[in-house]
Amino acid sequence: MKTLTALVPLLPFISFLVIGLFFKRIPKLLTSVLACGTVLISFIFSIILFVDLKNGGTATNVTLFDWLPSANANIGFSLVVDQLSSLMLLVVTGVGFLIHVYSIGYMHDDEGFNRFFSYLNLFVFSMLILVMGSNYLMMFIGWEGVGLCSYLLIGFWFKNQDYNNAAKKAFIMNRIGDLGFLLGMFMLYIQFKSLDFNTIFSQTGQFQTGDTFITIATLLLFVGAIGKSAQIPLFTWLPDAMAGPTPVSALIHAATMVTAGIYMVARSHALYILAPTTLLIISLIGIATAIVAATIAIYQNDIKKVLAYSTVSQLGYMFIGLGAGAFTGAMFHLTTHAFFKALLFLAAGSVIHALGGEQDIRKMGGLKKKIPITWLVFLMGTIAISGIPPFSGFFSKDEILLHVYVQNKIIWALGILGSMMTAFYMFRLLFLTFFGSFRGTEDQKHHLHESPAVMTVPLIILAILSVIGGFINIPAVFGGASSLNNFLSPVFGTTQTSAPEVSHGTELGLMAIAVVGALALIAFAWARFVKANRIPAGEETQRYGLENILYHKYYIDEIYNLLIEKPILFLSSLLHKIDVFVIDRIVNEFGSVTVWLGARARLVQTGNIGFYLVAMVLSIVAFLVFGLMI
Amino acid sequence: MEKYIFFGLSGLAIFSAIMVLVSNKPIHNLLYLILCFMAIAGHYLLLNAQFLAVVHIIVYAGAIMVLFLFTLMMLNLNLKLELNKSLMARIVAFVSGLLLLVTLVIILNGLVIPTPKTATTQIGMTRDLGQVLFSEYMVPFEAASILFLSAMVGAVMMVNKNK
Amino acid sequence: MNEVIQGLKLMPIDYYIAFCSILFVIGVIGVLIKRNALVIFMSVELMLNSINLLIAAFSVYWNSASGQILVIFVMVVAAAEVAVGLSILVVTYQNTQSIDMNLLKRLKE
Repeated sequence: MKTLTALVPLLPFISFLVIGLFFKRIPKLLTSVLACGTVLISFIFSIILFVDLKNGGTATNVTLFDWLPSANANIGFSLVVDQLSSLMLLVVTGVGFLIHVYSIGYMHDDEGFNRFFSYLNLFVFSMLILVMGSNYLMMFIGWEGVGLCSYLLIGFWFKNQDYNNAAKKAFIMNRIGDLGFLLGMFMLYIQFKSLDFNTIFSQTGQFQTGDTFITIATLLLFVGAIGKSAQIPLFTWLPDAMAGPTPVSALIHAATMVTAGIYMVARSHALYILAPTTLLIISLIGIATAIVAATIAIYQNDIKKVLAYSTVSQLGYMFIGLGAGAFTGAMFHLTTHAFFKALLFLAAGSVIHALGGEQDIRKMGGLKKKIPITWLVFLMGTIAISGIPPFSGFFSKDEILLHVYVQNKIIWALGILGSMMTAFYMFRLLFLTFFGSFRGTEDQKHHLHESPAVMTVPLIILAILSVIGGFINIPAVFGGASSLNNFLSPVFGTTQTSAPEVSHGTELGLMAIAVVGALALIAFAWARFVKANRIPAGEETQRYGLENILYHKYYIDEIYNLLIEKPILFLSSLLHKIDVFVIDRIVNEFGSVTVWLGARARLVQTGNIGFYLVAMVLSIVAFLVFGLMI
Repeated sequence: MEKYIFFGLSGLAIFSAIMVLVSNKPIHNLLYLILCFMAIAGHYLLLNAQFLAVVHIIVYAGAIMVLFLFTLMMLNLNLKLELNKSLMARIVAFVSGLLLLVTLVIILNGLVIPTPKTATTQIGMTRDLGQVLFSEYMVPFEAASILFLSAMVGAVMMVNKNK
Repeated sequence: MNEVIQGLKLMPIDYYIAFCSILFVIGVIGVLIKRNALVIFMSVELMLNSINLLIAAFSVYWNSASGQILVIFVMVVAAAEVAVGLSILVVTYQNTQSIDMNLLKRLKE
C-alpha cells in the first residue's frame, strides 16, 4: 500500500520530466501514451487504494523522507491516503485521465502538443501532492504547484497578449489568497508547533468553540480558499482563465484545481467546526458568489465564459455546504460537479472544435443534428447541473440545500433562486447552441463535423458518470444508504453535523420546490430561446438597467481597476519618481563626483616627459627626506 | 701627490660634465662627454683598477661614443638645435637636482664608514679579476652575452622594420 | 707606471662619495633640462658612470673583486641599452624628423 501511495503522484511526475526534458525530440504518439498511461496507472492505483479503504482498511500514512527536520517540529515529506484524499484521488486521476485522452484529440494539431502534456502532467502531480499531503506545508507545495500550472496553461498560447494578461491576473489573484493561506499556516504553527494534520486535529479539543485564535486562523486559511476557488472578491480571474485550451478549463478551472479550496476547508473541518463565525462568513461569501456569478452568467455570450461563471456559482454552493457544516455534501457536490462540469467544458470544446475556434453562442445554433454525440452529452451535463432528478447534480445540490435549510432559511431561499438561475442560463446556453438555425458563416457550416472518437469516448464516459454519479450518496428518503456519508465518516466522524433533523416530508417538499423551480425556468428558457427564437443582442447594442450591469459583470473589473489598480499605479509612479529623482540621483552624484575628480586628476598626466621626470626626481627626494626623518 | 691627481681629475670630470649640459651643439656635447669619461678612466687608474680603466675606455669612448657619433652623423643632427625647455622649466629642474644633491650629501654624510684595511690592492688587476669573473660569475657572464645578442638583434630589427 | 700607481695612496672614500654625487646630480639635471633625446642619453651615461666609479671605489676600499665585476656588468647593460636606445631614436627620427623628447607626448593620445 505504501509503495502504491508513493507511486500515485510519482508516475505523472516522471512523465512530466520525460516529456518536459525531451519535448523537442519525442514524437506525439509517445507523449500521448506516456502522459495518459501514467495517469491511468495512477488512477488504477487510486482505485486499489480506494477499494482497500472501502473494505475497512485504515488510512495509509507514508513519510518519504524528513524534509525540514528541526528541534520543534519535524516536517516530513509525507503523504496520506484516507477516505477524503482517496475520494479526491479518484476524481483527480479519473477525470484527469479522461481529459488527458480528450486532449490528444483536441490538441492534435497544436505545435505545443508536448509542452501541453508536460504541463498537464505536472498539474496532475501537483494536484495529487495537494490532496495527498499529510501536512499543511505539503498541501501548500501542491497548492502553489497547481497555481503555477494554471498560470502556464492559461498563458499556453503565449503569443496572444490578452491570454498572457489573463494568466498574470490568475496568478496574482491567487497570490493574494496564498498569502492568507501562508499566514494561516504560520498561525497554526505558532500554536501547535506542527503543521501535521493529525497532530493539529488531535489537539483541537483544548479549544472552546468560537475561540478567537481558531477563528482568525481559519479565516486566513479561507482567504487562501477564496483565491484558489474563485469566490467573491477574488473570482474575476476564473472567467478570464478561459483563455487557456478547453481541456485545461475542464481539468483545472472546473473539475480539480478550483476545488482545492473546498478540499482544504473539508480537510481542516476539525478547525472550522470550532469557528462558527468563520463558517457563517463562508456561507455568506458562498451564497453571494453563487448568486452573483449566476446572474452574470445569464447575459454572457461566450460559451466558455458561461461555463466559467457557472463554475464559480457551483463553487459557491460547495462553500455554502461547508458553511452549513455539510462537509460530505460539499465533497459530494465537488465530485458530481467534477463530472458534469468537466463534461460540459469538454463538450463545449467539442463544439468549438467543430466550429473551428468559434466561441460566441450568437454565431452557433442548430448544431443538434450536426454533432449529435456532443449534443447528447451536453444535454446530460446541462440536466445534471440544473438539478433535475435523478441526475447527479440533483442529489449533491439537494444535500447541501437541505443542510442549509436547517441552518438558515434565507440562505436556503437564495440558494434555490441561484439554482433556478442555473437551470435558466444553462438551458439558454444549450438552446442557443444546439437549437434553432445555424448562425455562423457558410464556411463553418461546411466544416461542421463530429469530433473524433478519442474525444467523444471520454465525453460519453463523463456523461454516464454525470447521470449516475448521484447514486453514490442517495439519501435515506429515497431508500438510499448514503454510501458516501458512511465512507467519509471515519474522516469527518463526529464533527460532521449529522443528518438534518427534518421529516422526510419536509425533505421531499424542499426537493420539489427546487425541481419545480428549475423546470419552470427551463420552460421559460425554451419559450424564449426556442419558441420565440430570440438571439442575444450584439456587442454594440445599448443596454439598460439591470441587464447592462449584468452584461458588464457588475463592473467588478472596472471597480477593482478604480479602487486597487489606480491607487497602486499612482503609488508606484510616485515611488518611481522618488527612486529616479532621489535615490538614483544620489547614486549618480557619487558617480559624477568621481568623474569630476578623475577629470581633475587626469590633468596631471600631461604626457610631458620632462614633467614626469621632474616629478620622479622630486618624489625620490621626498622619499629620501622621509627616510631621513624616520 | 694622489690628492692633486684626484682633484685634478675630479675637476676635469665635473667641468666637462657641466659643459655637456651647457653647450648646444650635439657634437660638442659628445666631445665633452668623452673628456669626462677619460677623466673617470683616470680615476679608475687611481684606484688601481686597471682592467676597469681599459674596459671603460674601450666600451665608452670606443664603442658607445662611436655609436652616438654614428647616430649624429647619420641623422645629420649637428645643428645648433634649439631644443631647450623654457627658463621656468629649467629652473625647476635645476632646483630639484640641487635638492637631490643636498639630500644625498646629508644622507651620505651620516654614514660612518670604517677606514680601509690596505692602502692599495691588487684586485683590479686583469688576472685577478679574470679569475673571479670566470669562476664565480660564469653564469651571469654568459647571460650577459645573450643580453648583448638580443640587444643587437633588437636594434637591427627596429631600424630595419620597414623592410 | 705600475710602480707609480702602486705608490699612490687611496683617497678617503668620502671624497669619492662627494665627487660621484656631484657627477650624478649633474646627470640628473641634464636629463631634466634637456629636450634633445641624444643629450638626455648622454646624461644617463653620465649618471651610470658616476655610480660605476663609486662601486669601483667601494670595491677597492673593501678589497673585494665582486664590486668590479658588477661594474663590468653595468657596462654591459649600458652598452646594450645604448644600442637599443639609439636605434629607437633613429626610428623616431625617421618617423617624426625630430628627436625632441616632447614629441613623446603624442604617446598619450
